[in-house]
Amino acid sequence: MLAGRDGYEVTGGSATLNGEDVLDIDPEERAASGLFLAFQYPVEIPGVGNMTFLRTAVNSQRKARGEDEISAPDFLKLVRSKAKDLNIDMDMLKRPVNVGFSGGEKKRNEILQMAVLEPSMCILDETDSGLDVDAMKLVADGVNALRAEDRGFLVITHYQRLLDHIKPDVVHILANGRIVETGGPDLALKVETEGYADILKDVA
Amino acid sequence: MSALADQKRLAAEAMLSALPVPMEEAAWAHDVRAKARARLLNQGAPVRRDEYWKYTDPSKLNAPLSLADTAAEQPVSSEAFGGQPDAWFVNGRLRADLAKPSVADGVAISTFAEVVKQDISIAREIFGVLEVAGQEKVMRPLAVLNTATATDGLVIQAHGKAGRIHLHSDQIGDGASVLRHLIRVEAGAELTLLESGSCSNAVMEVDVAEGGAFHHIRLQTGTRTPSASHIFARLHASSQFKTFTLSADGDLTRNEVVFDLVGEEASGHVAGAVLAQAKSHIDNTVFVTHSAAHCESRQVFKSVLAGQAKSVFQGKIFVRNSAQKTDGYQISQSVLLNEGAEFLAKPELEIYADDVACSHGSTTGALDPTAMFYLRSRGVPKAEAEAMLIAAFADEAIEEIADEDLGDLMREEVARWMASRS
Repeated sequence: MLAGRDGYEVTGGSATLNGEDVLDIDPEERAASGLFLAFQYPVEIPGVGNMTFLRTAVNSQRKARGEDEISAPDFLKLVRSKAKDLNIDMDMLKRPVNVGFSGGEKKRNEILQMAVLEPSMCILDETDSGLDVDAMKLVADGVNALRAEDRGFLVITHYQRLLDHIKPDVVHILANGRIVETGGPDLALKVETEGYADILKDVA
Repeated sequence: MSALADQKRLAAEAMLSALPVPMEEAAWAHDVRAKARARLLNQGAPVRRDEYWKYTDPSKLNAPLSLADTAAEQPVSSEAFGGQPDAWFVNGRLRADLAKPSVADGVAISTFAEVVKQDISIAREIFGVLEVAGQEKVMRPLAVLNTATATDGLVIQAHGKAGRIHLHSDQIGDGASVLRHLIRVEAGAELTLLESGSCSNAVMEVDVAEGGAFHHIRLQTGTRTPSASHIFARLHASSQFKTFTLSADGDLTRNEVVFDLVGEEASGHVAGAVLAQAKSHIDNTVFVTHSAAHCESRQVFKSVLAGQAKSVFQGKIFVRNSAQKTDGYQISQSVLLNEGAEFLAKPELEIYADDVACSHGSTTGALDPTAMFYLRSRGVPKAEAEAMLIAAFADEAIEEIADEDLGDLMREEVARWMASRS
């Protein structure tokens, strides 16, 4: 909904990013204004090269913001350094978008896109699903490297283990479509040991 | 004779009498022409009720047309394949003033108009011969009309490996232009033929000798009057035949490719990318015959359709009982960009050998919405995301082209077409 996928209707409330109503604009405009959704299931796109896709995305966003396009050598340099940090092989960038990638490769590719696009608001939708411990560490390192005063992260997860690596500032517990409790990092630890049952009981 | 047969015969007579009878030709050529006239009257002109004209109305191709005027017409400039053509036909006649003087090494070229006046063995062995062979299972009257009336064309004999010829044809005005090309790739030789432009009725006969290779890349773009083309090929042992056509828009285009794998270990590929909008109608009809064992054939067709455009694909693999270990493959797919567009596919297999692998598939649908959303969520605007997905879709046909530079030229054509749409 926040990223702008078709088929959902906003029945109430609002969503603004840096003062701009994002619900009113197209997905590509939301992206250009700084919103990024890391997909739970990144889409495979046969025939479209990963590198071409990423460069088109960067330049489209720059164009939309009235900035100059990035030159091919500068772009290559940027992607190389970000890919190295995420332990992404350059071969992966030459392949079609997500085609034949393992689960871990797909998620790392999402984080690479995030690192290159430098959004101001990142939504990570169950980015830890399907990852082993090493892959999760890489993803978390990638996210941590991007943490900044002027960048927000909404990390959606079922488990504490991701939060061992990405230390949250605030934890919200969402149940049946509502935030039922809000607290610090301790809240997630509490859920991990005691389960959700107590919290849900309090709500009821 | 039934009323339908009468009607078909009368229409064939009208087509023949609109065109001049070729004169002053060698006795053998005269004989081929006379037999073709008789065959055409016997077959009759194509009508909608014929099995292979069900999806494409032949009436625009059946109209009795006299030859288009060849007097000093200014040809449309050719930008195709990034250079001046080696041979340039305007309304069915070679324009010597436009032809490039030098041609590639290892290739002998003459014109069809010349060879039918002489006694040249490769012309005698090919002209009308491969066309007749290609009529065995399905009647192709427009090709017979071509045999009876063609005025000019190229005759190419390749004996080296470096041959690369670009032939261009312009059709100006409403008349008929009837071109006939004869090609022989000698044993172990290789030839690349690039073809561009438009012609109301073109037939190419291609004989690929043992171990020879023929590559054909055809560009059908721009405003075009109704046109029918046929390629008839005979593939000897271990030879290779690859033809690719990009067809963009145009009123009515019917391309038939008919080839027979007559020697073992031969390979024949036919591929096409169709890009059509408005009321364009583009028809690709393919007939592959496996006569020898251990041969491979492949058909790959991709259609991108907008407006009320229609793309027709009729592809057949016919395997004789002599053709054991045949490997035949066929795929035809389309993307419909809106509801008015239409894709009609008719895949056919007819197999008499018991140890073969033949497969066919056909799909049609819209662009994948999840892929569209993924691209847009990263900031790629809708039109550009669409163009990326369409380019990727068409690429599977373009990848059939062996030469990467030529493939890139086709990719540019796809991008040009996408840009012309919006």
